[in-house]
Amino acid sequence: MIFLRLILTNLLRHRMRTLMSTAGIAFSVAAMLTVVTVLQGAVGMFSGLLSSDSETIVFEKNVSDLFFSEVPQSALDELTKWPMVEHADAVVFGIVSSHDQPIITCFGITDKDARLRKAAWIEGSVAGFKADGQGIVLGERAAEFLHAHRGDTVPVGHGSFEVVGVIRTSNGFEDGGVFMPLKAAQSFFHKEGSSVITVKLRNADELAGFKARVQAQYPNLTALENAEFNRSYSQFRILKATAWAVGGCGLLLGGFGVANTMIMSVFTRIREFAILRVNGFSQAQVATMVLTEASLISLLGAGLGLAGGSSLLVVMKYVPALHGYVDASLRLSVMALVLVLAALTGILGALYPAFYAMRIRAVEALRFE
Amino acid sequence: MIEALDISKSYEGGAIQVLRGVSLTVAKGETVALCGSSGCGKSTLLHLIGGLDMPDRGKIAVAGKELDAGNRALDLLRHDVGFVFQLHNLLPDLTLAENCLIPTVAAGTKRAVAEKRLSELVERMGLGHRLNARIQKLSGGERQRTAICRALMNSPRILLADEPTGALDEKTAETVFSLLLELASSEGLTLLMATHDRALAARCDRMVEMRDGRIVEGGHNAGK
Repeated sequence: MIFLRLILTNLLRHRMRTLMSTAGIAFSVAAMLTVVTVLQGAVGMFSGLLSSDSETIVFEKNVSDLFFSEVPQSALDELTKWPMVEHADAVVFGIVSSHDQPIITCFGITDKDARLRKAAWIEGSVAGFKADGQGIVLGERAAEFLHAHRGDTVPVGHGSFEVVGVIRTSNGFEDGGVFMPLKAAQSFFHKEGSSVITVKLRNADELAGFKARVQAQYPNLTALENAEFNRSYSQFRILKATAWAVGGCGLLLGGFGVANTMIMSVFTRIREFAILRVNGFSQAQVATMVLTEASLISLLGAGLGLAGGSSLLVVMKYVPALHGYVDASLRLSVMALVLVLAALTGILGALYPAFYAMRIRAVEALRFE
Repeated sequence: MIEALDISKSYEGGAIQVLRGVSLTVAKGETVALCGSSGCGKSTLLHLIGGLDMPDRGKIAVAGKELDAGNRALDLLRHDVGFVFQLHNLLPDLTLAENCLIPTVAAGTKRAVAEKRLSELVERMGLGHRLNARIQKLSGGERQRTAICRALMNSPRILLADEPTGALDEKTAETVFSLLLELASSEGLTLLMATHDRALAARCDRMVEMRDGRIVEGGHNAGK
């Protein structure tokens, strides 16, 4: 208890200094949590676009982005006939613009696509979306920023299209996007085939066989299970790496704050450490004191950061522009990882101060004013 | 109990020679006063005997064991030696009780045992009513008595006191000094004390005179 009392006494003696260090860690943790969660949410959303009601995706090999992938129509026609395939759906991805919006995601889909069936129809119905028609369906957010309703004609890219429906989805990309009939999208984007084919197998155990057959029959195409795709898709990897890098940098900055605080703390307590050494404290005990102080600051900061970051995510979830991008639920694994990283940061930041404190020569230090 | 043989110590790479071949023996239970002018090496000798520093040359044996750097010195501080300084060196943000318990934390003493020892000592020091007082609230004499209490918490066999009455007024100095002698007697302590005050020093079993880093008189026990 006296040991703990010594640690707490120092932290409380310089409240402002302790508060500043704690705040540094808290902001770092909150920033890390927010960035990681939002980017992982974006990754999750994009992978949600692809999975819909399938578990496998077929696309062109060696393309840097799915927007550049070209899967021939013949492949769709063939795959649909395979006994192991329950259904296969072609999707064209594209980016379009409108007068006020430079970037709007466009999905070229068939009228059988699960997205239309699963969405909540605010205006119109599935029946209004014709496979060979020119009518488009807008996501709710897209309808808002295009100021469009069912029956309106909206300029999209170099063309104009009639709005046949407005839907609400839980996916931010879809909710802010435009759904075109597949044939219209192929014509609009000058594609003969599609960007991807999403496939649902009758039996998930046949996945390996399906992949091998695609590989053999279409050497320029590849088939991946959704989870496999999420792990390997370069854009996802870049986003995830960016998220952790940005978060890590933030945490490092917080760690420097703790290091600075601990250095100041040790330098102003040289005499105190000397008194402890003269009374039998070992070097290890002195170092443990310093490291424990730093850990307490970091853990407190991490706790506050988690609370603050979580609150921010809840608020962000309700920002219209971020609708669907933010999943405010915190995974236990993420929280645990953040706490461990924060504690480690604090300890690493306190290593030099602890080493310095250990090496204080009691006899000389007792003369220190 | 204490045997220092041909001890030399210098600082700043030898530029300042503080002790020059000092030899001193102190028997068990003896009270010895180290006297001499400022800078003659009294404090340095105490620090070396207490394991706070190592001599450049010579040997020191305390309680039958030779001192070396590292674990033996730490062991000494925790179990065999108690230190009292002129400026008490208490931690101002802690209470009297918390300051006294510090050596027991270092030694790993069980809390119940430590508190029992504390209770006995503070009663003897007349500090029982000040247990929870912060050090800043104590008088000079109370602080020095607290420092003595702290030094005795681990029941050391040797008490080293470096000018324990140097910062006190005459009356308080007399009180503290008498307390030290009384404790030495009742606890069976070997007391080695550096002091300027020859009147107080004369009350010890032996006076050792130091000058310019040497013992000029009284370095060995003539047979108490």
